[in-house]
Amino acid sequence: MDFTEDQILRYSRHILLPEVGGDGQEKILNAKVVLVGAGGLGSPVGYYLAAAGVGTIGVIDNDHVELSNLQRQIAHNTSRIGVSKADSAKETFETLNHDVKVVTHKERLSSKNIMGIIKDYDIVVDGSDNFPTRYLVNDACVMLKKTLISAAVFRFEGQVMSIYPGDGPCYRCLFEIPPPAGMVPSCQEAGILGVVTRVVGTLQATEVIKAILGIGQPLKGKLLLWNALDMNFRTVKVPRNKECPVCGEHPTITELIDYEQFCSMSH
Amino acid sequence: MADDIKVDKTIDLKGQVCPYTFVRSKLALEKMNLGEVLEILFDHKPAIENVPKSMENEGQKVLRIDQTGDKEWHVFVRKDKEKAK
Repeated sequence: MDFTEDQILRYSRHILLPEVGGDGQEKILNAKVVLVGAGGLGSPVGYYLAAAGVGTIGVIDNDHVELSNLQRQIAHNTSRIGVSKADSAKETFETLNHDVKVVTHKERLSSKNIMGIIKDYDIVVDGSDNFPTRYLVNDACVMLKKTLISAAVFRFEGQVMSIYPGDGPCYRCLFEIPPPAGMVPSCQEAGILGVVTRVVGTLQATEVIKAILGIGQPLKGKLLLWNALDMNFRTVKVPRNKECPVCGEHPTITELIDYEQFCSMSH
Repeated sequence: MADDIKVDKTIDLKGQVCPYTFVRSKLALEKMNLGEVLEILFDHKPAIENVPKSMENEGQKVLRIDQTGDKEWHVFVRKDKEKAK
């Protein structure tokens, strides 16, 4: 492609990299990535993907910005309180880079709408804050064979794993079923150091860019664990589970599950 | 000047400074085929040290550097490599 003068300047530090170059930057500009959640993780992921020039960024979020979000959710700001998070993130990302088109999906993901939303994207980034969504996204990505960059944060810790369906383990290979409702405290109850979301989200963004470019070693079959207090990174191998209920040899999950409803019924 | 070198493309980067001298040279070379020769004109002295070094680092062949004026250089680069992985 022919870059504009502005694009040569904007992306010069990418073009300089032997592993990226002009053709790598072109791949980034043509990429379509969807963020599940525009919160603590989705904010830095979207920020760096927008800065990098990812051409289409989908933002799935049906919440509105609250004051308590701003300690970590850097896509938003004080003047946006009450605004839809998807709209707020769109404004932030498109203002940073006009090459980026942000598509908002102001919906709560469910078995009914997830396939229709994610089918048009190349890569899915999970920045959700609850297990029903995490499992729904995993299962949908396995069924559609979409690359999924999954992450989670809790207090001072974070984890990241890149899921390449059919070519490595999925989230269910690691944790076959969600924990029972109420057993694991949510971030609302547990607390989260704001900066932890940013570090982990930025690691996710790195995995997204590597996936777009096809460079380096992805966190495929590996779970990266980081503890901010110890300032210690660990990588543990995750094997593919032949008996995995969704990506194994004889899958028992062939339709998407809305755990949420199940969990709320069991309450 | 370079009668013995068959040039496939020439770009004039006079007025350009680092790192855009290399950025623009690299973008031009990316669009060329293996074995083809790019001639680049510079008037920025640091580029004469930096661009050939960066080209060699990326596996390209710098054939020759001609100084044709007080502040004018022609650098000839042959595309030997598609891309780093």
